[in-house]
Order: sequence, then structure tokens, then C-alpha cells
Amino acid sequence: MIDITLTPATFDVETVRADFPILSRKVRGRPLVYLDSANTTQKPEAVIRASDRFYRETNANIHRSTYRLSEEATTAYEGAREKVRRFLNAASTREVVFTRGTTEAINLLASSFGQAFVKAGDEVLITGMEHHSNIVPWQLLCERTGARLRVLPIDDRGELVLEDLDALLTERTRILGVVHVSNALGTVNPVKEIVARAHAKGVPVLVDAAQSLPHLGVDVADLGCDFLAFSGHKVYGPTGIGVLWGKEEWLEKLPPYQGGGDMIASVSFEKTTYAELPARLEAGTGNLAGGVALGTALDYVTTIGLERIAAHERALLAHATERLSEVPGLRIVGTAREKAGVVSFVLDDVHPHDVGTILDQEGICIRTGHHCAQPVMARYDLPATARASFGLYNTLEEVDALVDGLRKVREVFGA
Amino acid sequence: MTALTDLYQEVILDHNRSPRNFRAIEGATHSGLGHNPLCGDQLTLYVRVEDGTIREIGFQGKGCAISKASASLMTEAVKGKTLAEAEELFGRFHDLLTGPSDVPAEAKSFGKLAVFSGVREFPVRVKCATLAWHTLHSALAGGSPASTE
Repeated sequence: MIDITLTPATFDVETVRADFPILSRKVRGRPLVYLDSANTTQKPEAVIRASDRFYRETNANIHRSTYRLSEEATTAYEGAREKVRRFLNAASTREVVFTRGTTEAINLLASSFGQAFVKAGDEVLITGMEHHSNIVPWQLLCERTGARLRVLPIDDRGELVLEDLDALLTERTRILGVVHVSNALGTVNPVKEIVARAHAKGVPVLVDAAQSLPHLGVDVADLGCDFLAFSGHKVYGPTGIGVLWGKEEWLEKLPPYQGGGDMIASVSFEKTTYAELPARLEAGTGNLAGGVALGTALDYVTTIGLERIAAHERALLAHATERLSEVPGLRIVGTAREKAGVVSFVLDDVHPHDVGTILDQEGICIRTGHHCAQPVMARYDLPATARASFGLYNTLEEVDALVDGLRKVREVFGA
Repeated sequence: MTALTDLYQEVILDHNRSPRNFRAIEGATHSGLGHNPLCGDQLTLYVRVEDGTIREIGFQGKGCAISKASASLMTEAVKGKTLAEAEELFGRFHDLLTGPSDVPAEAKSFGKLAVFSGVREFPVRVKCATLAWHTLHSALAGGSPASTE
């Protein structure tokens, strides 16, 4: 049950903002201007209540007891799994593996897929636009196995150099990992086309949907990918919960990632047999309240409507791109033709950290640094950028506040 | 003064714009690499030590205004000092940045370095202001690269 007082035909941002308690707080005496949703999103009342209610009314461990309370907890958690399935348009809840987040999902895949399919001399292909979480797990796998990590480059605009893709998909390529929306540049990658080209060479594809799912939605049947990862906290849900989705025929072939409770069928000291999917890949007690609240977050997003959210964020991006271009000395990094609500920029010689500190005095929260994408920064020969990123609750006025704040930065630095 | 103008004092802005000793030192006896993985800042420090005294010191690299100005002012502050004096100054400088803000900085004993007392109000920026000093410390100790994480 969620509390949304929204009529389906409209997207009134003030109504939406009222759903988010934190947005009414002040920072340093000023209204909070939260422009860091690519980092983590704020939580609507419905999600906060869902988590709270689970602990107050339903808390018990799942899948293992005969009493009513445990049955209710199991129903709530498995109900959330079904909500994830529906949101992704996946075939079965057997394909939905709960993890701590995108990072753990990719580590799970790199470890289990690697154990089953990757040997010395094989290749793992990723792109130059990946977040560290879709680089380092594969690097670790390559170090362990003697496989080789290869990288599809990006161009000056911040788009993947797709002309190079077919040549990089060799007969040694075992898997391709690609980010759907770049957290550092905002680029929306043509994942469907990439999947088709990889499949033409018999290569399965993992899509990192951490930044795309909350803003564009994802349809795994339409994308055609084999695996997909996302985090709850970037889609208005709790931290510490996320999902690895995989086609059942692939997940069936993966050996367990971690061993422990809940993932077994029977255990003896001689031989352990494993549980069915998805439990086989979910050792130990998961983040039950987090899972339930993630389900509520997906309900929330669905009720507002992904298309309306995407349209609103497109308007924010267009406004931000236009207004930021008016700031003298400001250069936007990442000018792909297809972008989501992320604007990375640098300002003259003012280091992004100094930009961030001065904006913070105005109550404006942006991310500064390398955005866990150091290879992207290296590609543009930048140590860091400042980044504003949008969520469904942001307003055009907040973009204007950012622009005013940047003028103040220039004043402080005498530019 | 507001916390902000306290942080970005003219001396800091000046040293950010025109860092002193911003060069490699020929015949350096010690060098060190400082890195702040959180923001990607890095600097290389070059030191020529003779008879236990810092004769020449320079740095190169990229960083925010605070880290660059701190490196610049540090090179001015420690040139001509003995290693023990430099270490002692680092200790006091660190205390200046992390100590309680109601204790006034002993402005005289810090000279120009006192301009960093405003960093106290910005705890996340302390590592920017101390990166060069950590790097000096590890360069003189001949140890592994300094990191403020």
C-alpha cells in the first residue's frame, strides 16, 4: 500500500516533492537543493514507511519457519521479487537474485560466470565508460584466470566507438559488460543494438542498469540482454539492496557465489546439494526490509509513470544544458546525442572540489570528483569534474539556483 | 568574515593561481608521490636535503585550490628547516586543522600557514590541506606513496 496523491494525467513536481520528507529540510539555513541523484536518490515517505512497517509488523526470518509471522515476511519479500520481475518485464522470479546492490551483483556474476566459463587466454570485453564496479570485478577475474580484459573506447563526445565493437568481439570473448547510462557523462548507450551485435558473435551481455532503470526504465525482454544489474538506492529505494537479473538458462549454469544458509537443498559433510534458483545464489539472510521497501519504490515509480519521469528529467537536462552554457568559463563534459539527467562540467581553472564546497554553502549538493570512473576522467585528461544529476523531484528553479551558485564560485575565485 | 571567505582567503587564492616552487628540483635527494583517491588529486614532491636540512623543495601536480596553495605555502615554510623542525611543524599544522575551532590558532607561530585555520570548518577539506604534508613526511621517510584515504 502506498500513499501517492497524484492524478495519473499530471506530473506536478510540487506534489511529488511533498512525498519526500528530506526535501523540506534546510542546509546551512537554506533550502536543500539536491542535485546528486545519480549518486543516491532521496526516499519517498512510502518507502520509508514500508521499511519501518516491516520491522514493526512483519519482521521474522523467511523461508524457514512454520509460524504465521515468518510466512508473512516471506510473502512480503517474495512479493517484492515479483514486483522487480514485473518492473523488468522478466520471465520469472527465478531470474531475480537479490544482492546488496549493483556492485555485489556484478561481483557475483564475475565470480560465478568466471568460474564456469572463463579460462586463461579468454577475453572479457567492457567499455571505456564503465563505473569501477563494472571494471574491477572483471579485472580480478582476469588476474585469477589469466584472461584478458579488453575495452571498447569512447569518443570525444562521450559516445562508444561502435565501429570498433565487431573487431573486439572475438572468438575468445566470453562476456560483454556495458553500462546503459554513464554516471559520469550521462550518455545513453544503444544497448539493444550492442546486445544484438554481441549475440551475433555468440557473446552474452551484462547491462549495468544502475543509472538507467530509475530514469528510463528497462525491459529485459526488449533489450535482449542476458544479465542486468541495478541498485535499490538509486531508484528511490533503500541502500543495501539490489538485483542481479539473469536469463534462467544462464543462471542455471552458474555455480554458487557464496555458501551458507538458504542456498542449500541438503548439507552433509560428504556432499551438499543446492537449492533451486534464485535461492542458490542468495546465501544467508538478505536485506528483508530493504527488499520489501525496494518493491514499494518500484511501485512508486510505476505509479508516477516512467514516461512522465523521463519527460520531466529531459526538461531538466535541457534547461540545465542551456543555463550552464551561459556561465562564462564553464565546459560541459559529455555531449552525447542521447543523454539522461546527468551534467558533468568543469569551470575554468577552478577545481571541482572548490566548486562543491562553495555550492554547499548555498545548500546545493552536487558530486565532485572522478565519479568512480577514473578511466573516463583519464580519457578527457581531467582529474575530476563537477556533476549535477537529476531525479523526479528536481525543479527548473533548482537548476537556476545551481547557475547562481556557480556565478558565486567565479566571484570567490575572482574570475 | 563568513566561513567561506575564511576558507578562500586571498593568500590561498594567490598561491593557487601562482604556486611557488612549482617545479622539479634537480639533484633531489628525496621525492614522493601524494594521492587523494577520493578526488583524483595528485602531486609529486621533490626535496634536496643536505646536512639534515631542507635546502631545496618543489612540487608539481594537479589539485584543488586548498591542496595546491597548501603545497605552495608548505614549500616556503619548510625550506631551510631541519627535518626535525619540518616534522614538528607538520604536527602543529595538523592540530591547527583538526583541533577544536574555539581554540584560537597561534597565528604568529604559524606565519602564513595560519591562513589554513579556516579549513577547520570544512572537515572534508582537511585532507586537501594536508596532502602535501603527508607527502613530505613519506618522502623524507623514504616510504610508500602518501595517500590521504
